Amino acid sequence: MANNLMLVKFFIASESIFFIMLILAYVNFHGSVTDGPTAKSSLNPYVTGIFSLFLLASSFTVWLAGKNLRNKNHRMMKFWILATILLGATFIFGQGLEWAGLIDKNITISRNVFGTTFFTLTGFHGFHVCVGLLMLTLLLGLAMFGDFKGPRSDAVECVSLYWHFVDGVWIVVFSVIYLWAFL
Amino acid sequence: MSSRIPIVPENTEPLPRLRENEGMLSWVASVDHKQIGIMYLICCMVFFLIGGLEALLIRIQLAQPEFGFLSPEVYNQMFTMHGTTMIFFVVMPFLIGVGVYLVPLMIGARDMAFPRLNALSFWLFVFGGILIYYSFLTQSGAPDVGWFAYSPLSEKPFSLNKGPTYWALGLLATGIGSVASGLNNVVTILTMRTPGMTMRRLPLFVWMILVTSFLLIFVIPIITSAFAMMLLDRLLGATFFTPAHGGSAILWQHFFWGFGHPEVYILILPAFGIISEVIPVFSRKPIYGYEFVAGSTVAIGLLSLGVWVHHMFAVGLGDVTNLYFSFASMLIAIPTGVKVLNWVATMWGGKIIFATPMLFATAFIIEFVIGGLTGVAIASVPIDWVVTDSYFIVAHFHYALFGGSLFAIFAGVYYWFPKFTGRMMSETLGKWHFWLTVIGFNLTFFIQHFLGMMGMPRRTYTYHDFPYWGSMNLISTIGAIVLAVSVLVFVWNILQSLKRGEKAGGNPWNAWTLEWATTSPPAVHNFDLVPPVRGRRPLWDLAHPDMPDEPDAKVV
Repeated sequence: MANNLMLVKFFIASESIFFIMLILAYVNFHGSVTDGPTAKSSLNPYVTGIFSLFLLASSFTVWLAGKNLRNKNHRMMKFWILATILLGATFIFGQGLEWAGLIDKNITISRNVFGTTFFTLTGFHGFHVCVGLLMLTLLLGLAMFGDFKGPRSDAVECVSLYWHFVDGVWIVVFSVIYLWAFL
Repeated sequence: MSSRIPIVPENTEPLPRLRENEGMLSWVASVDHKQIGIMYLICCMVFFLIGGLEALLIRIQLAQPEFGFLSPEVYNQMFTMHGTTMIFFVVMPFLIGVGVYLVPLMIGARDMAFPRLNALSFWLFVFGGILIYYSFLTQSGAPDVGWFAYSPLSEKPFSLNKGPTYWALGLLATGIGSVASGLNNVVTILTMRTPGMTMRRLPLFVWMILVTSFLLIFVIPIITSAFAMMLLDRLLGATFFTPAHGGSAILWQHFFWGFGHPEVYILILPAFGIISEVIPVFSRKPIYGYEFVAGSTVAIGLLSLGVWVHHMFAVGLGDVTNLYFSFASMLIAIPTGVKVLNWVATMWGGKIIFATPMLFATAFIIEFVIGGLTGVAIASVPIDWVVTDSYFIVAHFHYALFGGSLFAIFAGVYYWFPKFTGRMMSETLGKWHFWLTVIGFNLTFFIQHFLGMMGMPRRTYTYHDFPYWGSMNLISTIGAIVLAVSVLVFVWNILQSLKRGEKAGGNPWNAWTLEWATTSPPAVHNFDLVPPVRGRRPLWDLAHPDMPDEPDAKVV
């Protein structure tokens, strides 16, 4: 295994622990809200669900980018990286809308434990998505200047692994916050 | 044979490296693992002196009953900063630093897998330390909530000053650096070994660094997330750990000790590694039961993840919880005992040379066993309920961390100083340092077991004139002053030896691991030629081709 890939895999393992702790904090306080907003009373699972589909689709497009890299199809690889960025950005846009709506209703991080754990968990996830977007943009820029002709690139593979990880975390976060409250 | 000597695998890309001898800049900009290692050691030494000074001030304040040497506020800052400094800015980075210096040399590599990441880890550690110490200069003063910053004391309503914020921010930075260096070590050890250096032939120090690095990767994120939550509480008004607003103070304890207990093994496993290198060399025998020493390390690493609640027996989490964690904690004594057995068995019948590193290693075994035994005692719930948060606990963990980690660090410094600098340390001063340390250490801390059993609470600012308390505390303080003198001897020894120590040569101790196969100090590229690795003691095999450790082994 290449050094870089191994590093990213262990890094992802380390980040998983970080997210597990944030999720545990959310789970610990789930149902202990005595007054004020809760997940059930303040969130909209349908809108967030639709924006989540964009993020899930981006895992597919980043896989297609890697596939085209291996096939040395430089043009299509750039296209799929761009598509990934757009899908990820749409998700972040959706999260921004959701946050703005909540803050409008005076549901903030300091309101009660639901606000505290909700904003912390989704905030750190959103932060990781943004870091991923930054790295994808870097990849796209470098590809524009002629890098990553294939068939292999540690950079593309590492960013792609990280992006899948961020997606996977969202599946867990969405299940814990939205599905748990509404199903 | 010479034609079959494997050459070090070349890095495909040359690293950007300043030419040698360009003064300070070549250090600041360095990505060389040896320079970074040395910088770790120097910074740890500075923090060690500061942390030691804080300890001395604490002990002077406690020298007699109702003493007013420090104000209560300063006293709180002193014990908080002493604990934080010694754990996060002395022992941990020292062991990481020695690892960074030695791991590539011991496995026959040219550098770490990610030299720039290595530099980033180091500078994060330095800036984290500066950030924490900067808080002394602010109006509100340094952190004063104890090194484990229990909530709700560390939360806004009880700590309006900025100390705990600096504390969390500084440690957050250092922690991220530690994860990076754990990642770097793991990848380096798994992928950059010279041909023939199989996992079963790794020096034990490298094995322990490997396990420690895995702990760093998996355990530091626990506290990183807790720091993030604490900062959100303090800066944005979140309510994770404030019970008055629906949060949970116990959650902080779970998160803190979920990290904090494995951290204890992050602090001791590389120390075990140093001891496992020193004892065979100065007993002139191979280590007894290599597989057991390495295997028990893995066992300790795994067990350490499931015992954190033994720091929380007094919380009242219920008998079943306490029973499980009591049992799990006692289990750790088994792999640790295996190690002690192996070290003693290595010395058994050996031609022991009591040079300074060996003196410290021998004392390590004795002092650490005392710390370990009191550890088993307080893993028992009823005993813990009696002595928790008393000076018994202070005595226990100082025997483990000072008598353990720090004694191993001293052994390591005396052992590898010739490799780091090309000069030997003075044996005379070394023996003075050793005896002053042993006497001062036991004088300071042994009596604290009794103080604790008599009920003296830890972190106490002062105490009434109960029978014997004054005299016992005075003895402890005298011990601390002896320790301070011993540290001065140590520093003097380092400075003197740097200037006019005897020239060391490549392998002054006649040791067997690969770091001794190159010059002292090693060249920038580490090795011209790596000797063939056909066993656990490559230099022995080279010097005694007639009786190699693994007679059938082939050169790769």
